[in-house]
Amino acid sequence: MSMPNTIAEPIESKLDFEHYKRKERIKSWAKGMLFLLPSIILFTVFLFYPLVRTIYLSFFLTNAAGETTVFVGWENFARMFNSPIFMQSMKSTFLFVLYTVPLTIIISLFLALLANEKLRGIGIFRTIYSSTMGISVAAASVFWLYLFHPSIGFLNMIVTGLGFERIGWLTDPTWALIAVAITTIWMNLGFTFLILLGGLQSIDGYLYESADIDGAGYFYKLKNITIPMLSPTLFFVVTVTIINAFQTFGQIDILTQGGPQNTTNLIVYSIYREAFVNYQFGSASAQAVVLFIIILIMTIIQFKLGERKVHYQ
Amino acid sequence: MSLPIGKKIVFYTLLIITAAIVFAPTVMAFVMSFMSNKDIMTGSMPSVLTFDNYVKAFNQFPLLQYLFNSFLISIVIMLGQLILSSLAAYAFVFLEFKGRDMLFYLFIATMMVPFEASVIPNFHTIRDLGWIDTYPGLSVPFFAMAFGTFLLRQNFKQIPKELREASLITGMGDFKFYLTVVLPVARTSLVTLGAYGFLTSWNMYLWPLLATTNDSVRTVQIGLKQLQTQEQLNDWGVIMAGAIIVIIPTLILLFLGQKQLQKGLTEGALK
Repeated sequence: MSMPNTIAEPIESKLDFEHYKRKERIKSWAKGMLFLLPSIILFTVFLFYPLVRTIYLSFFLTNAAGETTVFVGWENFARMFNSPIFMQSMKSTFLFVLYTVPLTIIISLFLALLANEKLRGIGIFRTIYSSTMGISVAAASVFWLYLFHPSIGFLNMIVTGLGFERIGWLTDPTWALIAVAITTIWMNLGFTFLILLGGLQSIDGYLYESADIDGAGYFYKLKNITIPMLSPTLFFVVTVTIINAFQTFGQIDILTQGGPQNTTNLIVYSIYREAFVNYQFGSASAQAVVLFIIILIMTIIQFKLGERKVHYQ
Repeated sequence: MSLPIGKKIVFYTLLIITAAIVFAPTVMAFVMSFMSNKDIMTGSMPSVLTFDNYVKAFNQFPLLQYLFNSFLISIVIMLGQLILSSLAAYAFVFLEFKGRDMLFYLFIATMMVPFEASVIPNFHTIRDLGWIDTYPGLSVPFFAMAFGTFLLRQNFKQIPKELREASLITGMGDFKFYLTVVLPVARTSLVTLGAYGFLTSWNMYLWPLLATTNDSVRTVQIGLKQLQTQEQLNDWGVIMAGAIIVIIPTLILLFLGQKQLQKGLTEGALK
């Protein structure tokens, strides 16, 4: 009678062990999920579901409450790409990216290089340069709304002072997008500056010391040490600035409302107007899908290019 | 190492000129907020400085209510982000379980979905929940945050894993370890992330514009837009007074935390 027992015991304990391991695995999974669940639920409700729903809505006509009424297939997209207003909006958006991104980066980099010098009182300058990060889009737009004012605005005072005709900064189709771009560049300076300064400060001082011993000049060091070492930061900043430019909304709402002649009707403003002024949620969703695809492509291109060109420490 | 005098002069000249240009719009708005409308309209230098614009702004608009709303919403979002991000970061650093890597990629993927592109269904969700014109409607959608999770994950990684094993042996659970060891160790990162969260929430524009229809929960940013569109007389002094009130809290926060913020953002951005 004792024989089976001695055989059965190890088997049983092995089973027990397996069972215990599985239980542990389930327990640790449950614990992990418990920590992650709040984020997962909110991402699902306010990010992934809306993404799927936006794609779904883009194939339908809707009523004013946003409920789908008629399935129209690709018609929203076809109509959108044949609409001169939407094509104008796309053109303006890409122009706007072209106006704002390079200038924001170049100016911020220049400021960051200045502010990275070890000079007395440099902290004050750093604070001033980063100050625009603390200024909201509404406040910044109000500041520039005044600066662009046709008769009492400061910019036209300079323009007329120099003997030129007054410029209709926000009412002239050739100037309006430029005016919005100027406002945006100013607003973005603070954040971009702060990131670039952080990148500059993390470059090893040893590199400069050995260059100094070789008698390298300021611009030689800039080209051969600073820029290559800063490339991961620059890469990040370029991506963020491009994505931000595609998401521009507040400036437009306060400065131009998309006018004159739709020249500043950038894509997010166009989506907003189509959805919440015209209540065309289907075609607005089609535009949102385009915005999503553009940002996705931008991110992927950035990653691909960044991988090859960026020098990582 | 100090620079030669000639170089110093060049640098200081450039620093002063660029700083003057960058700061000019803010200084101008500040000065205008104390000027009489007559001086502004004639484009003269200020002949008198008064608080009239501020008094008018507070009397004609429920600015105090707007300020209170903005403070409440920003603080709630900040706390929500800190709690959710730190919980998620803890799981990614200290817990091992099936599907963890997949979930991590899911978090990365969220950074590619712009909020602006998903604003239509979100508006309908909030409306169906009956959350239009409520504080939850203005704050809950922003609690989960991939950037914050990554930033804290970077920081938590520096805590030795042996510390957790030791705590587990002494019978301390994961949640207690998270509360009593991890959070205190990471407090500088939490403060940085909190400041950043407050700043961005305070400055939100599109969502509060959509999710509020009356003064009771309207934020100060949308209040400023109202001030600007409703000022029939083009009373620029009052508008600028409103704008200055809007930017003061965030400017103070930025001036106090600039160094921290710079360090934290660079870390979160690059690793």
